Amino acid sequence: MWKLTQEFIHKFIPAFEHAWLAYIAGALVAALALLAFASLFAGLASYVERRIAGRIMSRVGPNRVGPQGLFQFVADGLKLVMKEDLVPAGADPILFRIAPYFVFAGMFGTFVVLPFGAHLVAADLDVGIFYLMAITSFVVLGIMLGGWSSNSKWSLFGGLRSAAQIISYEIPAGIALLSVAIFAGTLSTQGIINAQGGLPWDWFAFHSPFSLVAFVIYFIAALAEGNRTPFDLPEAESELVAGYCTEYSGFRFVVFFFAEWANLWIMSAISVLCFLGGWKIPFVNAPEAYSGWLWILLGFVIFSVKTLALVTVVMQLRWTLPRFRLDQMMNLCWKYLIPGAFAALLGTMTVMALFSWDSPAGIAIRFCTFLVGALVVLYYIWRIVANYRADSANYKKLTGQSMWYPPWRLP
Amino acid sequence: MQYFTNIKRSMMSVLEGMAVTFSWLFRRPYTVQWPDKIPEPLEKTLPATYRGLLEVDTRICTACLACEKACPIEVIAIEVDRNSETKERHIVRFDVDAAKCMYCGLCVEQCPTDAIHHTTLFAATTPDIGDLVLTFIKPGERALPFKPKDAPPAAIERGAITQALLDSRRGVE
Repeated sequence: MWKLTQEFIHKFIPAFEHAWLAYIAGALVAALALLAFASLFAGLASYVERRIAGRIMSRVGPNRVGPQGLFQFVADGLKLVMKEDLVPAGADPILFRIAPYFVFAGMFGTFVVLPFGAHLVAADLDVGIFYLMAITSFVVLGIMLGGWSSNSKWSLFGGLRSAAQIISYEIPAGIALLSVAIFAGTLSTQGIINAQGGLPWDWFAFHSPFSLVAFVIYFIAALAEGNRTPFDLPEAESELVAGYCTEYSGFRFVVFFFAEWANLWIMSAISVLCFLGGWKIPFVNAPEAYSGWLWILLGFVIFSVKTLALVTVVMQLRWTLPRFRLDQMMNLCWKYLIPGAFAALLGTMTVMALFSWDSPAGIAIRFCTFLVGALVVLYYIWRIVANYRADSANYKKLTGQSMWYPPWRLP
Repeated sequence: MQYFTNIKRSMMSVLEGMAVTFSWLFRRPYTVQWPDKIPEPLEKTLPATYRGLLEVDTRICTACLACEKACPIEVIAIEVDRNSETKERHIVRFDVDAAKCMYCGLCVEQCPTDAIHHTTLFAATTPDIGDLVLTFIKPGERALPFKPKDAPPAAIERGAITQALLDSRRGVE
């Protein structure tokens, strides 16, 4: 993306003769655009999550500020920004103040390599996936600093739990992403997307049954790394008040929550780009096709739709599953995910060695894996309908009204 | 083998749980969106046995003070002015402090004529807590106690008196 902005700047502002000036200007423009995107997404995601949570709990959710409560996040943000920025007595003032910035840097740094479409990426690093794994470790540093420096037992517990959790779950996430790197032959995020195709059976998730396992394992590990329920032990409100951000208030608290919701996009986008085909348009496989603006825009739309679908699944998971106990969380990671990730890695390697991408057997395996995935989705839809049908007749008898009230009919 | 059974069971139960929560997105929410997004005021749809703000119909009050004595927290304050020459009694004060009232209903049980009773009203928010003292006899006003052998006056709608008091308070603001 900075290349495009650089061209733009060269074209319209001739004063930028020096390459380094144009470089800095391009980087700044890209950073500001990404920050605007991240903050808008985080705000809207918090609103959408509250609405979805409301409907799942048979409530309505926030619907008073603005049309259908759309500006609720603006009101909440303004309220929090205007609150006093307290530093508790006995806290380490310097560490306490800088901890949110570590969380913010770790979250926002990932946007450098996150693609939004063909050519729409701030910097297409050769070590993209590796960079992603490295920069997200900043988040755990910030959380630990915040927990340690708050001088509060809740914060300390939250910080240490977070450290144990994130460091454990980086292993299955890393191994699952390793199978992607082996498959694509590159660590660059755009390169990984280019190695996949637009149609579902050309996605890496359906490359073989093993890569489907790798996808599921990466998704679970990403949930844990993002501190989302069922892995929200670091901020378990019934046990630890708010975990590592118990003592934070005002703007620093906003930064923590901004990072949490922006992280929704990040983990879904990484899953999409590594496993679900990224911005690839079906039937358009030639790289030259992705030079027109319309195609880039269409790719961006496809990428966003896939990512937002995953975001919705993550939100729904939060309001479906109860929180794990610490030992259960560790059990899941060390006894199930890590052996599973290794098995998936070895299996993917074997399948790749035996059947090439375009061989008939390879295509047959991909198609069969896709059918398995599609069957799971169909079973899921059938269970939704069955659960709805199980109660609708009783509801009608008791209240005299139809139970049907779809989410797009806003109350 | 237990290992793979565990994986299968956890996957299936998560999928089933997701299906249950997703089906709730298509169900009617139970929320009553008080006060503006309901077809008729909530006060009208509440059951008659609802213990809302107290109301006193001073026309049928016998000034027996049973409610004042029954009240465990001295919410009700009644003053009866008795003329020593003519032996005539007048109620000169009947205050119910709604801010203090805990809606136990003991006064209502004691009342012989149903002069004091609960209404379905509940919305009495005010910036000044003193506004919550419901004065059923205005200062300076004198009301004759009701004699049970007299014909009862025409019935009025439950809640009308308290509602009028609340409305007059809002007019002052």
